[in-house]
Amino acid sequence: MTALLSVQNLTLHRGSRRILDDVSFDVPKGGTLALVGESGAGKSTIAVALMGLLTRAEASVEGKAILEDTGDLFTLRPRAWTRIRGRRLAMIFQDAGAALDPCYTVGGQIVSTLRRNLGLSRKAARARAVELLESVGIPDAAARLGAYPHELSGGMQQRVMIAIALSGNPALLFADEPTSALDVTIQAQIMRLILDEVRAHGSSCIFVLHDLALASQSCDEVVVLYAGQVMEAGDAKTLLSDPRHPYTALLKSCVLEIGTAELTPPEGSVPSYDAMPAGCRFATRCPNALPRCAGEKPPLVPRDGRNVACWNPVGVPKAEAA
Amino acid sequence: MSEEGAPIFELLDVEKIFTITRATGPLKRETLRLPALDGVRLRIKQNTSLALVGESGSGKSTLVRILLGLNEPSNGQALFRGRPIVEARKGLRAPFHRDVAMIYQDARGSLNPRMSVEALIAEPIRHFRLCAEKEIPARVAALLARVGLPADVAKAYPAGLSGGQVRRVAIARALASEPSVLVADEAVSGLDVSTQAQLLNLLADLKRTMGLTLVFITHDLGVASYLCQEIAVLYLGRIVETGPTNDVLNAPAHPYSAALRRAAPAFFEPIAEPLPGEIPSPVNLPPGCRFAGRCPRRQDDCLALDPPLGRVLPGRHAACIHPLTGSPGGPAERGDAAPSNPDAVL
Amino acid sequence: MTLLDGATPAPATVPPVRRRRRLTMFVRRPFFTLALLVAAGFVVSAAFAPVFAPWDPTYQDIGAMMAPPATAGHLLGTDSYGQDILSRILFGARYALGIGLGAVAIGALGGLVLGMAAGLAGGRTEWVLMRIVDSILALPSLILAVAFIAILGQGVDKVIYAVGVALIGPFARTVRADVMQVRAQLFVEAAGLMGLAWLTVVWRHILPNVVYPLAVQVTIRISEAILVSSSLSFLGIGVTPPTPDWGLMISEGRAFVSFAPWMAGMPGAALAILLIALSIVGDGIREEFDPKMQRGGS
Repeated sequence: MTALLSVQNLTLHRGSRRILDDVSFDVPKGGTLALVGESGAGKSTIAVALMGLLTRAEASVEGKAILEDTGDLFTLRPRAWTRIRGRRLAMIFQDAGAALDPCYTVGGQIVSTLRRNLGLSRKAARARAVELLESVGIPDAAARLGAYPHELSGGMQQRVMIAIALSGNPALLFADEPTSALDVTIQAQIMRLILDEVRAHGSSCIFVLHDLALASQSCDEVVVLYAGQVMEAGDAKTLLSDPRHPYTALLKSCVLEIGTAELTPPEGSVPSYDAMPAGCRFATRCPNALPRCAGEKPPLVPRDGRNVACWNPVGVPKAEAA
Repeated sequence: MSEEGAPIFELLDVEKIFTITRATGPLKRETLRLPALDGVRLRIKQNTSLALVGESGSGKSTLVRILLGLNEPSNGQALFRGRPIVEARKGLRAPFHRDVAMIYQDARGSLNPRMSVEALIAEPIRHFRLCAEKEIPARVAALLARVGLPADVAKAYPAGLSGGQVRRVAIARALASEPSVLVADEAVSGLDVSTQAQLLNLLADLKRTMGLTLVFITHDLGVASYLCQEIAVLYLGRIVETGPTNDVLNAPAHPYSAALRRAAPAFFEPIAEPLPGEIPSPVNLPPGCRFAGRCPRRQDDCLALDPPLGRVLPGRHAACIHPLTGSPGGPAERGDAAPSNPDAVL
Repeated sequence: MTLLDGATPAPATVPPVRRRRRLTMFVRRPFFTLALLVAAGFVVSAAFAPVFAPWDPTYQDIGAMMAPPATAGHLLGTDSYGQDILSRILFGARYALGIGLGAVAIGALGGLVLGMAAGLAGGRTEWVLMRIVDSILALPSLILAVAFIAILGQGVDKVIYAVGVALIGPFARTVRADVMQVRAQLFVEAAGLMGLAWLTVVWRHILPNVVYPLAVQVTIRISEAILVSSSLSFLGIGVTPPTPDWGLMISEGRAFVSFAPWMAGMPGAALAILLIALSIVGDGIREEFDPKMQRGGS
């Protein structure tokens, strides 16, 4: 599979804080990728940076993000961005209620998006809006066009967001924790909907998730982030069934399944950006840490079918690890 | 401390109806009856841990407010150690206040931002006159150590603490009055998994070493399974299934519990076939089972009969005419099950 | 079984508590620091006016009437009666700050009582109290102060009362809004669950959360009080001559503005500098201590 988007050595500073540290990953064409990690890992920052929503005053970005047929996203002019957002790239937010404008009807928001992105007439856009709402499973779609966002439930708002995001037929969709504000039964509905729609459009999707189990269910590839560094990246099944990085292993051990009898969370919490170790940022909490870990950053190297950045990976015999 | 197994809380056919007025026109208003809880029957025994599980709109928050005496049931009785809860709360230093401690989901919001951690934890100690004034700092330090916080946190204010730390402070403050019952409303949700796991280990340890009775409201079946022996599943203001947590989750009797179970993410399994539709509004419910509209196993009699909570297996109760396991808990047992044998003995 | 036995759970090593950097506030906000120094300068000159002032503020130097600034002995010149303008400005700072602080104290206290009563009582009491406040708010504070002066009569103390009463309205409104917001907070419900008496809850949990924002309001409103009191004097209905009041001095200098601009200009500049300094200080304090404005800051 060729890469639709290739993020290469993305480093992002906010002031003196290094929020992202040399992040690289590829999004396969027609595939789904999950950025997982805890809060402060930089998952959402990556999505926001790739959508071109960061101004130069807020953050300084180094590295490349090559989108097929478009080029490096970080060198685009503001004018070029307006052509790409909504058509090549689109985004679904965690809080659909806040992402939809409360002053306009649902229909009005979809119609204006369609007219802008696809150049449809008002009438055609309206017809297309009804189709879109139906396709995302909103009952009685024609009547719902006149509804205001607050009149819809959280699940319905998220469906509207998905309809708007997909209206421009984007090549790449970002879904930033699309279900974490929803009930579990609705979560299953929405995740299925996103995956079905992405598949039907032949698009790729980057999910930002904190739930490893959900990532294993929905994504082909997983990138595990910790404090802005890639810890481990690769095929979801390989990586999550048999983690090599101690952080992935600990994160997985924290996932509660029914019947879980023991939890072994990493101790402490993420260090502040002012006190980050120069090497591996997980070194301060890592049970496998070696003396060199805090000072020397391990490179992301292939191992057992995935890429790992660790000097002392787990699940590897001692002799081999050296 | 009362004997092992005596009921602490008893809810007898508790009903809570909120009335809301809504403008239907410039001058017209209509009053709607919104039944948040309907016929809830629950018994919480000493030294047990109970998970109240349900989605938003299931009535679990209302149930907690009734357990805490913040709302009075519209019908039925809510008892604390045999006395109506609202009565048990009367009086400034009534045993109820000391005995029942609450941990809020929004831990930060439940702590006065103008008070230091030390003042926050000392407040209940002082209020219940648990020790001499000069012993208070030592006691606060002991409580902080108990919840795994360093001693220097005592001088900090909530705004200077991380989300996980604030939750620990809220737990320390709840423990300060030496309660026997801990009511926790989504106490670990909205946190990172590693922080959540740390807190769950802490709560499990507190429960074990201090003999606490735990009422844990959660939407996360994994949390319920890890922390609680018993579970009560709520749907639309009603308890639809109760029983030992792992029995219920491994072999649910009610189709709604089964759907919840399936919807919980599990590693490498395809995303389960979701339930159709959403939880309906409790206003103007049709007759019959409230879950019938979304139930994959609905039959014709489900639309006519509203099944009460009945025994399906020893120790297991479900409100379903056609349960997935055991004998039907529906109309057949209805006559004898309801009044004499208080079901849902937890 | 007490909570003090039982093994400590897996000790979570927690990073040291983050402390807010209060000391560096002066470094981070240079304008604030400058304004604070200026305001402090006014306070010091008001306090030590008899020491600093070269002349008695009401002494009339017959030999140097309407002397321009930098005349020997009169650094900022003299007015039409030969009174030293520098001395009058220094003594005038006493009146300006005294009236400002006094009036704001009356306004804040009255507003606190009214706002707390309205916010806590609710129902009909609240309705009546807030309509009274609304009627106060319906008029600009200057007009209201003029009306009160008409009732009370002239004089420094009367100006303090008049301006103070005129300020009760805005204070009461913000206090009530804060009370409504704070009483809905979870920690108030939690205090009730603990079985605390309602008055204790009000005193310990609601009042402190209302008083701090009120204190911020006070720093902002001092300049308004000074402005209103100076306006009253300028209109000739506040402080009576020959009291060295800035508003009065501007009013007296107005007639000579074409050929002796310093007479009105010097007290005007003093007033403007003090008001600007106080506004910057007030804004700085609000931005630094208002919890609503620092959410999201790490």
